[in-house]
Amino acid sequence: MFTKHEYRGQIHQRQKQLMLNWYERLEQSAATGSPPAVSLMISGNCVELLQAFDAVPIYPEINALQLAIRHQSLEPILAAEDLGYAADNCAYVKADIGAYLKGLTPTGSRLPQPALVLCNFVGCNTYLKWFEHVAAFTGARLYTIDVPFLRENEPTPADLQYVVRQLKELVPVLESISGRKFDLERFRDAVRCSARVEELWSQIKHLARRSPSPFDAYFDAITLMGPLYVYRASPEGVEFFEVALRELQEKVANCEGVYDQEKFRVVMEGPPPYPYFRTFRDMFAQWKACAVASTYSTVGGLWEFGFRHNPDEPFESVAMHMLAQNVTNRNYLQRYEQVKRYVEDWNADGVIIHFVKSCRLFSAGQGDMRDYFTRVLGVPTLYIESDLEDPRYFAEAQTKNRIDAFFEALEHAKLTAARA
Amino acid sequence: MRFAAGVDVGSTQTKAVIMQENDHARIVARVLVDTGANVTKAAEHAFLAACRQAGLETREVGFVVGTGYGRYKISFGHTQMTEISCHARGAHHLFPNTRTVIDMGGQDSKAISVGETGEVRDFVMNDKCAAGTGRFLSNAADVMGISLDEIGPLSLQATKPVKIATVCTVFVESDILSYLAQGKKGEDILGGVHQAIAKRTISLARRIPLDPEVTMTGGVARNIGMVRALEEVLGRKLQVSPEAHFTGAIGAALFALEKLDQSFEFGLWRTEHAAHSGN
Repeated sequence: MFTKHEYRGQIHQRQKQLMLNWYERLEQSAATGSPPAVSLMISGNCVELLQAFDAVPIYPEINALQLAIRHQSLEPILAAEDLGYAADNCAYVKADIGAYLKGLTPTGSRLPQPALVLCNFVGCNTYLKWFEHVAAFTGARLYTIDVPFLRENEPTPADLQYVVRQLKELVPVLESISGRKFDLERFRDAVRCSARVEELWSQIKHLARRSPSPFDAYFDAITLMGPLYVYRASPEGVEFFEVALRELQEKVANCEGVYDQEKFRVVMEGPPPYPYFRTFRDMFAQWKACAVASTYSTVGGLWEFGFRHNPDEPFESVAMHMLAQNVTNRNYLQRYEQVKRYVEDWNADGVIIHFVKSCRLFSAGQGDMRDYFTRVLGVPTLYIESDLEDPRYFAEAQTKNRIDAFFEALEHAKLTAARA
Repeated sequence: MRFAAGVDVGSTQTKAVIMQENDHARIVARVLVDTGANVTKAAEHAFLAACRQAGLETREVGFVVGTGYGRYKISFGHTQMTEISCHARGAHHLFPNTRTVIDMGGQDSKAISVGETGEVRDFVMNDKCAAGTGRFLSNAADVMGISLDEIGPLSLQATKPVKIATVCTVFVESDILSYLAQGKKGEDILGGVHQAIAKRTISLARRIPLDPEVTMTGGVARNIGMVRALEEVLGRKLQVSPEAHFTGAIGAALFALEKLDQSFEFGLWRTEHAAHSGN
């Protein structure tokens, strides 16, 4: 009953179409070998370089999460475990490998053999092994970009130079798989599109500072993240985000929120439990709790704080994005600062931390994060555990109990404050 | 005179409390039944028995708040609240200076930071694991062939408590069997079991501020051995009410009393009808 107010606009229709178009391109690649398909990691991705060669990205995470959201992730996970993957391995990896072995795809269409497995290793060291395995299973060529962790607030000039050089070394590899000569102007065009999309996306994210927020910056942001990663460097991406921004601006002008009456504003940390995405969303909808910001929506890039790709320095800006402008490659204190800024500037009532059992890298330290927000900053913070891909780790009653208790306490605090 | 009820449907037992609206919110009935397989029936059974105990017709109970894991299965409840809010409220009612609640139930244990008006400030719970819960104790009792009521007092007789390395509710059985095979005394094994749970629970509780007055609630509070073990690890006395087992239901009844004024929206007939409908 409470979900009927959930926002469903042009954004959602267009997103669905764009993602279907992407899967069609992948199917075309599977049938004809053209366009060449390149396996790429979402976080801090360098899709601009692929766009310059008209190559199509395969994002294993998107395939994995699409399987999970369709309740199809357990079968490939079990297939991977049969092969020897351990229970506590990343469930994205297991779903991806298992799906490949079983020929499962989210839409039922064929996925191509990658012409190149491009491991843009950003933050998550699991990718090194994951992409090695993808390369081993598919027989595709593997190219790994070694992106140093961000140890300080900014990357050193040596870090930047190191990544730029690797990106330039990647160019002849992409020339070889695509049969095209590198065209700097095409690359600049792709980077220019990205910069425009990033500006639009940033403006969208800042709309959530309004009360009521016109969209949920976690659940609805996930809808927008597909086009953000697949189409960012293309004119289709620019068009999509222009429409999205206009639509959301209209909602702001009409004072339309996600719910008929927004009761709570929260910041979300961590990815959602995709196998129970709807159930999880409903647990917040029941309380009319809107996520006004989320760290997960910055896995691909941290654009709401000002960074843009730069067509005048295309290699350098792609490298900077990989090194410093995505949440996974940044250090933990920067993540604290990011969440703190959301709480303050997006005017949130509390923070929800979703710990992912099979993702040590993203989740390690979240207990300390909870302590920091509750004890040091006095921000109500809820910590819940399940998994982003493996349905076996989701305990519905336990999760609901915690979420209900959290909002009961927030509600009490609001009522008390109103009486005072 | 107006009455309201709280029904706490836990994983193991269901508790119903009826309170009378007056200055002290007097408890006029309290009933405990095993939850069993039919949660709805257990709630109904407990509520009807509480009404009988209080000498009330069901329609005289103006508002019912359900809590516990089975709260959404209470067909006659007017609203639901989590047991986290209810234990905080109930503990604050029993001990107004309490700022920390340790609740140990059948399948979960939790620590709650409570504000001055009984509101929840923060909470932590065990996750995906029954270590530190009543189930851990009942498994230990089963393996040793001793009733649950006996293990607490027996554990206090331990002179050389054994070290229980595991906190796993399943693997503790093999630890106990191994100690039994070594000829260790039952009280020393139980002493070790209680210490292991106490350490686990206090380490969980340390994730919230452990303010001076700590109250223990939930069914495990009836186990004197557990209370002493927790006090030893914590280094201070715990507040334990004779009503500890009913704390969640008391909290729910207090919320129900607050909501009495809204009860006209639901109609008293509905309470009576639902309670007798056999749903």
